[in-house]
Amino acid sequence: MEALHRRHLLGAAGALASVGLFGPEVWAQAKDRLVIGMSLEPPVLDPTKNAAAAIRELTCPNVYESLGRIDRTGAIGPGLAKSWTISPDGKEYVFKLHTGVKFHDGEALDASVVKFSIDRLFAPGSTVPAKSLYTDIDKVEAVDPATVKVTLKSPNSYLLYNLSLGDAGIMHPKSAATNDKHPVGTGPFVFKERKEGDSVSFAKFAGYRDAGAIKLNSVIFKVVKDPSAQVSALLAGDVDAFPGFQAPELVARLRKDARFAVVVGTTEGEVIMATNNGKKPFNDLKVRQAMAHAINRKDLIDAESGFGTPIGSHFPPHNKAYVDLTGTYPFDIAKGKALLAEAGYPHGFEASLKLPPVGYAQRAGEVLASQLGKIGIKVAITQLQWPQWLSEVFKERNYDLTVVAHTEANDLDRYARDGYYWNYDSAEFKAKWRQVVEATDFAKRDELLKDCQRIIARDAVNGFLYQLAKIGVWKKELVGMWENSPTPSVDLTGVHWKA
Amino acid sequence: MIEFLSRRLAAALITLVLATFVVFAVVEVLPGDPALVMLGTDARPDTLAALRAQYGFDQPLTVQYLHWIGGLLTFDLGASHAYGTPVAKLIGDRLAVTLPLAGLALGWALLVAVPLGVFAAWRHGRAGDWGVMGFTQIGISIPNFWFGIVLVLVFAVTWQIFPAGGFPGWAQDAPRSLLALVLPAIALSLSEIAILTRVTRSAMLDTLREDYVRTARAKGASEATVLFRHALRNALIPVTTVAGLIAGFLVAGAVIIESVFRLPGVGQLVYDSINNRDLAVIKNVVILFTILVLAVNLLVDVAYALLDPRPRVTA
Repeated sequence: MEALHRRHLLGAAGALASVGLFGPEVWAQAKDRLVIGMSLEPPVLDPTKNAAAAIRELTCPNVYESLGRIDRTGAIGPGLAKSWTISPDGKEYVFKLHTGVKFHDGEALDASVVKFSIDRLFAPGSTVPAKSLYTDIDKVEAVDPATVKVTLKSPNSYLLYNLSLGDAGIMHPKSAATNDKHPVGTGPFVFKERKEGDSVSFAKFAGYRDAGAIKLNSVIFKVVKDPSAQVSALLAGDVDAFPGFQAPELVARLRKDARFAVVVGTTEGEVIMATNNGKKPFNDLKVRQAMAHAINRKDLIDAESGFGTPIGSHFPPHNKAYVDLTGTYPFDIAKGKALLAEAGYPHGFEASLKLPPVGYAQRAGEVLASQLGKIGIKVAITQLQWPQWLSEVFKERNYDLTVVAHTEANDLDRYARDGYYWNYDSAEFKAKWRQVVEATDFAKRDELLKDCQRIIARDAVNGFLYQLAKIGVWKKELVGMWENSPTPSVDLTGVHWKA
Repeated sequence: MIEFLSRRLAAALITLVLATFVVFAVVEVLPGDPALVMLGTDARPDTLAALRAQYGFDQPLTVQYLHWIGGLLTFDLGASHAYGTPVAKLIGDRLAVTLPLAGLALGWALLVAVPLGVFAAWRHGRAGDWGVMGFTQIGISIPNFWFGIVLVLVFAVTWQIFPAGGFPGWAQDAPRSLLALVLPAIALSLSEIAILTRVTRSAMLDTLREDYVRTARAKGASEATVLFRHALRNALIPVTTVAGLIAGFLVAGAVIIESVFRLPGVGQLVYDSINNRDLAVIKNVVILFTILVLAVNLLVDVAYALLDPRPRVTA
């Protein structure tokens, strides 16, 4: 999930953008220097120490590379491993490493470094946030300096993907402990300087194995949280690109500005009205179906200035295993009322909607409260800070309804978890998910994933609203920025200025 | 004088000790689990427990409190949970932005407000007075972030005299850094000018009614001497008090202006640390603010003593 901070200066920002005066180019743009604006500041600079998506956006794979590499389409290609083989039973992975790879501090990459790096992901007592992705690993062996063998306790069809995530970035034993402040990896960019609360800067790594392909010499990530300040930073020329622009209502104005390209793409973020399935009256399928009938996704997407794609289950529409289930419980107020009456609530009931402090949740929350009101559910909105939301809603499961985007890829497994905050417990889904994880045939896995989507759509576990869009704004001369966000990454490998 | 100051100093120290209790208690009852904030929604319970142990969150409260106080006394503030960097460096970097900003704003406010207030009192009940009072009414009513955005539009976007935001850093580019603080300082100072002008005006009106002012006029002193040498000196006591309060506000309360102008100041640090539940930073910044406010109050006391000999004797 992501934390996007928006504050209350939007009206003024609109005024600022509407004046339409073009800001100064503060300094002439050198052709190998790029300033990227980020809405969220990364805390530490080490993905194995903190779960914040911003860490991965900056450093993966720009600083840390993983064995595989997730490309701009979401496909897995070679990373630090140039090739791999998977045993027919899906339990043994043998990776062949690139040779001659150096870390930024001059240390060499070999199989023992990879073993060290993967071992620490799932070691007992480790505090790696994504540890649960790697606990199926039984052992990691350095067969020879260029060969690593990973053996699993049980097959996991997502292992290759998980080892390609930024979470599994390969780190050296000498620098692993200090990567939080001074990241050292094998990637194309070397850490230069961090100013907390302001910026993180990188320079091209001359020793990168494909250094000729890297066109940028200097990259600065600047933190600009306030949407109005994001607009003024773009207009004033202080920032060249916002890969994740946070004010959908200001996009129309930027589109009219000939200097900028506005590129709308996809993300892995499903915005849902998460529902406490373990609490009365939401433990009644009829009540959840009634709420599903009350939801009009078009209004919700309109509240996002039209950005977003309707979803009928917890799965991204651009994935090839997607099945359109938006018609499972179509928008129908009369039907919603009837179902509520059948469930024993002819006059509706009162419910709380606890919202995290993010723009999309605030906007969707207001719309949902009004939509649910039309079938008789009186919704009281409560605003929470992120830490409160995490403790109260997520950990203690003390809530009725909330709105949040689940931004991780392949996150259907949450519906099979015991004690997850939705309190959904379905033996049918768990069995099906087991089959997905253990599948060795990817075509068959896609069919199983479709079944999974159908089960949770039918059970109306949560209100499935829409897939978040990725709004990128950058100067027209900038080439190679990612249109979509298949994984949290601002991959700068192929980015350059038009000559 | 010495006795007066040592009494004030002792009172300040007792306040500080009480403040450490309050700050520690408030940070403890803040809802939210810092380990969960750091490790996110996929963290396993054993991972969360290991991290809590690593940061000492599982220790008894008295041990955590004593550990913190021990650190404060030895100037070891520990490391930020969110950034991993030493808290002292974090705060120092931010103060390098916020203190000059607050200083500029306060200096500018005093420079404008005191003459304006004296002028208004001098022209009491006449057009000049009405004009100044009207201006202060507007100054108090305008929200400073809105004024900041207007300043950006006029001076950064249209006329391009000042940068629209950001802060290059003193070591990198000192002149540009100073330039970057001008618009935010003006935006911040508007309401302070209004307040200080009103305080100066009413204090001047009070002193101008005093007998010694009439005596000064009677002995033939010039109007300027009467206003600035005789009246203003006495009127400065309430002005100093209010300026001290404003100084504390300017250091801690510039969050929104920092956000509008993209300045990495202390206000932003506090805001972010609360959102990240970065307890090590919150505790120490709040105590630092307490020390700053106490220090400003002490300075105000010293200024009283210098301006007016009476408290030295009676306090």
